[in-house]
Order: sequence, then C-alpha cells, then structure tokens
Amino acid sequence: MKKIMAILLTVAVAFFVFSNLYNTDSDKMLFGDNNPEEAVSQQYVNKSVDPERARPETGSANIVTSVVVNYRSFDTLGEITVLFVSALGVALLGGVLRKKVTFQYKPGFILNQGMTIIAGIVLITGIYIFVHGHLSPGGGFPGGAMIGSAFLLMYLSDETFRAKITGFKILEGTAGSLILIIGLVGLSTGGYFLYNFLPNGTVGDLISAGIVPVLYVLVGLKVGSEVSNILGNFFSGEVEQ
Amino acid sequence: MIEIISLIVGGFMILFGILAVESKKLITAVIYMSLMSLLSVVSFIIMKAPDVAITEAVIGSGLVTFLFIITLLQVKKAGDEK
Repeated sequence: MKKIMAILLTVAVAFFVFSNLYNTDSDKMLFGDNNPEEAVSQQYVNKSVDPERARPETGSANIVTSVVVNYRSFDTLGEITVLFVSALGVALLGGVLRKKVTFQYKPGFILNQGMTIIAGIVLITGIYIFVHGHLSPGGGFPGGAMIGSAFLLMYLSDETFRAKITGFKILEGTAGSLILIIGLVGLSTGGYFLYNFLPNGTVGDLISAGIVPVLYVLVGLKVGSEVSNILGNFFSGEVEQ
Repeated sequence: MIEIISLIVGGFMILFGILAVESKKLITAVIYMSLMSLLSVVSFIIMKAPDVAITEAVIGSGLVTFLFIITLLQVKKAGDEK
C-alpha cells in the first residue's frame, strides 16, 4: 500500500513538472528554448575575449573560475566559512564524547601496499587541479576534497598516522588569514574587498589572472586541510588541546 | 547519438536510485548510491559542465561513499559482543 502511494505521488509530481515544461500555451519560455547569446553570461564571456578591449577584465581562461573567485569571491569566502563551522562542529562533538571512539578496523596487506602507490597520485592530482583552477575545469574545492580523500586513504592504511600529523590546523589558519589579508590589500588599493590588484597577464598562462590563482591555491590548501581534519576527528573521536 | 546516451544514463540513474531505496542491506544501498553519482558525472559532462562533474566525482562518489562505509563499519547492532 505504501509503495503504491509513493509511486502515485511520484507520477503526480512528474506530471505537473513535465506538463509545465512542455506547455506550449503558457507565456513562459519552453524548456530548451533558451538562447545563451541573449543571456547575461554571454556578457561575461565577451568581457574576457573581446579583442577591442585593452586587456581582458579577469584574464582567467575558465569563465566559471572568473565568476567564482573574481566577481563573486566574497561568496567563496562565505563557503569557506561554512566549511570551517562544520569542521568546528565535528571537532566539538568529538570533544564532548565521554568515551573515546576509535576506528576498529585492521588494514590489510593490499590496502597498505596499494596506498603507497595511489595516495601520492591522488595528492598530486588534487594539487594540479587547484593550481590550474583558472585554466582548466576544477578549482579549490574539488582539489581540496581530493587532497582530503588522499589523507583518508592514509588514515585507513595506518592507524598511527593520525598522531603523526599535527600541522593541519596551522596550515588551515594561515591559509584562511592570507585570504582575508589579500582581500584587505585589495580594499586599500582598489577600493573593494578582494579587488584584483595584480596585473592580468596573458590569458592561458599559468601565472595570469591576477589574484585568482593565488586565492585558489589558498582555498585549496584550506579546504584540503579542513577535510583531512574532519576525517581525522571521525577516526580518533577526540580533539587535541 | 548524444540523446540516446543521455537517455540510457538517465534510465540507469533511476534504476540505481530505486535499487538503493529498495535494497535490504545498507552497504548495498551505499554502493548503488555511489553508482548513481558516477552516472550523474557522465550526464554532467554531456551537459557541458565539467566543473560540476569534477566536484561530483570527488565528493559525490568519493568522499560521501567513504564516509557512509566508515560509519557503517563503526555501527554495531544492539547486543553485539565487542
């Protein structure tokens, strides 16, 4: 009975959604009829590749990055803050627990040996993705999460690894402070918080687009150390003072 | 051609979603959800959003699956011996 109700509800919702998407009588735009050349995004593309301009506005080859870290970098700062607050919550929860929760799982031989090969490759791919965030798809958040998954492999294969690493909090705090300092330098030189005060350079070079690669490297380091810290708290269940 | 591929991918995503809800063992449900995320990566690439595809591949089918499996390994049934 419950399943029949669920199927009926799904079909009803699907009917209302799709009948509105393909309804030719309504005055709204049909699904798939949107012309990207008339949309606002085309203006952002034009500002980056317009040959009439003296220099491109952002200088970043990846338009998504130019929106995320240049036009809307304050939003990215907010996202980092959200991640920081969630890491703080996990650490607090681990500290509140009276009984120490430890991960009861013995790593096998294949995991131990495979980790030595795979973890380095995953780590380097993550670093590549956030260093090239302004040229190719990807950026600070996926790169940082990739670094976090490499450290997850290390935590899984070595039980004593958690005790050896203590520098994550320092790295995370330094990266976060440097983002704010760059923003304040932009505020003092250009008049806006996180203003792009460095020269843009040639589009497509590794060192181009002003502060965008610098910010993305810092975001990647902060997200990577934060995710690794969250996972470490999951494994040990307690926080060092 | 691209429509056929996206139809097949979408059909399999619906199938894996239903299997994840209906499977009896929790660990099988996690694996089906991971497969669904993996197929959504393909459909993001078909829709020309490589940034979203990379994020989905790393977080959706990588970290989240790992976290669920770790949590399932930690959870004990009531009355289990240590």
